[in-house]
Amino acid sequence: MMNLSGPAVAVRDLRVSRGGAEVLRGLTFEVPRGQVTGLLGPSGCGKTTLIRSIVGVQIVGSGEVTVLGAPAGSPALRRKIGYSTQSAAIYRDLTVLENLRYFAKVLGAGKGDAERVLEEVGLAGAGDRLGSALSGGQLGRASLAVALLGSPELLLLDEPTVGLDPVLRQDLWRLFQSLAERGVTLVVSSHVMDEAARCHRLIMLREGEILADGAPGELRERAGTVDLEEAFLRLVEERAESVR
Amino acid sequence: MSPAITFATAGRILAQLRHDRRTLALLVGVPSLLMILLRYVIDDPASFDRLGPTLLGIFPFVVMFMVTSITTQRERATGTLERLMAGPLGKFDLLLGYALGFGAVAAAQVAVVLAISLTWLGLNVAGSVGTLVLVAVLDSLLGMALGLFFSAFARTEFQAVQFMPAVVLPQSLLCGLIVPRDAMASWLERLSDVMPLSYAVEAMGEAARTADLTGVLVRDILIVAGCVVLSLVLGAATLRRRTG
Ligand SMILES: Nc1ncnc2c1ncn2[C@@H]1O[C@H](COP(=O)(O)OP(=O)(O)OP(=O)(O)O)[C@@H](O)[C@H]1O
Ligand SMILES: [Mg+2]
Repeated sequence: MMNLSGPAVAVRDLRVSRGGAEVLRGLTFEVPRGQVTGLLGPSGCGKTTLIRSIVGVQIVGSGEVTVLGAPAGSPALRRKIGYSTQSAAIYRDLTVLENLRYFAKVLGAGKGDAERVLEEVGLAGAGDRLGSALSGGQLGRASLAVALLGSPELLLLDEPTVGLDPVLRQDLWRLFQSLAERGVTLVVSSHVMDEAARCHRLIMLREGEILADGAPGELRERAGTVDLEEAFLRLVEERAESVR
Repeated sequence: MSPAITFATAGRILAQLRHDRRTLALLVGVPSLLMILLRYVIDDPASFDRLGPTLLGIFPFVVMFMVTSITTQRERATGTLERLMAGPLGKFDLLLGYALGFGAVAAAQVAVVLAISLTWLGLNVAGSVGTLVLVAVLDSLLGMALGLFFSAFARTEFQAVQFMPAVVLPQSLLCGLIVPRDAMASWLERLSDVMPLSYAVEAMGEAARTADLTGVLVRDILIVAGCVVLSLVLGAATLRRRTG
């Protein structure tokens, strides 16, 4: 039975090694339902690895990852999770619509869902373009559209707004917030700090460990600054001092 | 098992080829061209009657090996495979979709080469054309299944291409095309005994030689079909839901 009241994601003491090095070093946190949770941190800190662990496609060393009440990667979860990978998972030799229709069939999404998600990511005019003829930002949005197919309960988006102009970024963040208002849980990774302010909650990672976990306001208060980028840097220093 | 996903995948493969007209033209045109060359290089109807059917069994094997190993390697590299494996699709849904899509292309390829051979090139076939097509399509499925398996060991598209000569050429040398198998050194003959292409080529020769369903033909068809199933199972084992 699915647990409908608990957190969307519960991670306990998660450890993952890749290429011989431990890249996630004992993470413990929860992701509440119906919110946008931001996953922030410098390049190489383990954001993608963490998202892959929640999706259930990453071989993990130890620890527990529970998603919508079931262990990560359970067959029952496969239709409930939308996932967009960091590099666009789009067939370059198919048109955008052909891509979406194929993934819609595989994911068991209804007819017309491809057109709906195309509209949602602002690509309605590019449906007949081949994947190989899209710009980087358009490819990224096409890949994001795949994640939205079938209206999943939980969305895991790995840097969905990278390479987009401010107007498009704003549009996508509005989309994320409206999805959250409808009860969808979103986990969005980014290393752009100005996007952090739009999240309900932030998890800041550094070198495979959680540096901070809380609402943007709380983190600003803790670091004694209004700027989140500044807050991140201060928290890093604070951590370094406490280790010393 | 989901027939809907299998058919969607087969349709997707065909759509990808439809957008890539040049590849499609090469797939069908190159074997035909080689057959025409062979006919005039040999310039002896009796020898052509013996060699022609054999080549008809090797072409689809080689071509499908290459096309499948590169297609699959590309799916791994662009992340579409990871995206598919995170969803409800079963491994065999994907594999059967591949088999159906590429099998259709192979059937078209064989039909064109056979039509040209039987009319313009004056190939004499004592056996049934239906059996020839059946064996040739089985050969193509064998190439496809082996291509899928070997693509798992290629990290780049470049490596995937290199597997073609490594897997295909030794089998072509030993299959009895150049020197009859029983005329080879005994260790080579034994080596050729465990290579599926030997049986595929023998079956093509047998199907061309007589219209009877001989014991050798039935045995060879069963062996090739068994190898297809075995390679598909091996191929399925290389499709992992979780990776490092
Ligand atoms: N396939 C891999 N094999 C070996 N090591 C890997 C692999 N992928 C990532 N790593 C290592 O794991 C660590 C975490 O990588 P990860 O991709 O999770 O970082 P990230 O926070 O998503 O970075 P970015 O912001 O650049 O996308 C890095 O140190 C990286 O070098
Ligand atoms: Mg990443």
